[in-house]
Amino acid sequence: MIRSDILREIAPILRDQLVVCNIGLPSQELHMIDDNAKNFYMLGTMGLSSSIGLGLAMAQDKTVISIDGDGSVLTNFGTLPTIANNVTDNYILLIIDNGSYGSTGDQPTYAGKKTKLEDVAKACGCENVVTCAAEDTGAVLQAAIDSKQMTIIVAKCESGNIKLPVITMDPVVIRHRFMEAVKV
Amino acid sequence: MSISSKIVDDFVAEGVEFITTVPCKQLAGVIDEVEARPEIHHVPSNKEDEGMGLCAGAFMGGKKPAIIMQNTAIGVTINTLATLTQFYRMPLPMLISYRGELREPVSCQVEMAVHTKALLNQMLIPTYHFHKEADAAELPEILKYCFMSNKPVAILTDASFWGGYGDQ
Repeated sequence: MIRSDILREIAPILRDQLVVCNIGLPSQELHMIDDNAKNFYMLGTMGLSSSIGLGLAMAQDKTVISIDGDGSVLTNFGTLPTIANNVTDNYILLIIDNGSYGSTGDQPTYAGKKTKLEDVAKACGCENVVTCAAEDTGAVLQAAIDSKQMTIIVAKCESGNIKLPVITMDPVVIRHRFMEAVKV
Repeated sequence: MSISSKIVDDFVAEGVEFITTVPCKQLAGVIDEVEARPEIHHVPSNKEDEGMGLCAGAFMGGKKPAIIMQNTAIGVTINTLATLTQFYRMPLPMLISYRGELREPVSCQVEMAVHTKALLNQMLIPTYHFHKEADAAELPEILKYCFMSNKPVAILTDASFWGGYGDQ
């Protein structure tokens, strides 16, 4: 399975939650699979999906899922200690780890080599870190939502992309629509 | 009342409830004050762009955010300011220690000081410079302006404002 297969499988679970989605292909894929107001698409700023989601979870009570990639977590490694030390039980970080920078041509990341993000998260002090195979992502994600405990999920999948268009929605529209959904 | 207390009072009065900080010697007093206030959710960041991500999320969750950081952070956060805070039109008061100005003992700080206002200007970020303690009287209006306009706003606070660096 590749990332877009995972997103297709978990879309019915994501639909009821607030989702902050990583820049590039992940946002484009989620937008194509199930565009809705509860999705916040990042059009820029690689690395900050986890931070935006954590800030959002701290500011209100609804469950927030940040969809991130291994390359993006590597870009913003400082996020893991911040998450660990600011336990926010309505927050889930879902790292789709395909061992490559998918949006830029599948260059390998260090997470696909020696570095294990699940071990890094644990070393940073994150308490509920679950590693799963791609096909188990839905079940693990649902369990994390039901647990009402902050959870870091590292879902391992194959690298690979599908062809799809960029998101042309205006960023202010994305943000406004999302904020209205947060309030409901 | 200390200037740090006054600054944090102004943040609280304007409804700022979420503040992230990256420390600077000059900002130690105001960061202590932020940490001490029950009205404020204080989240220390490891890097300023991470902090701006937290602030973006807090804003979308209905809280007025702010970031407290050093001017060296402008070099770290240009992309985040452009592609997150400005692109999505989000407010962000940035209380910034303006290192490398008069009374600065560390020469390297001057290297970013000379770029600070030019970069903020290039980014079209409204910028205020507190040089004397009385300048802080404008802070409530600056905060109102920031949240009215949905823009990042920079408040540079130099060593003279903070009363120097003590014995060097």
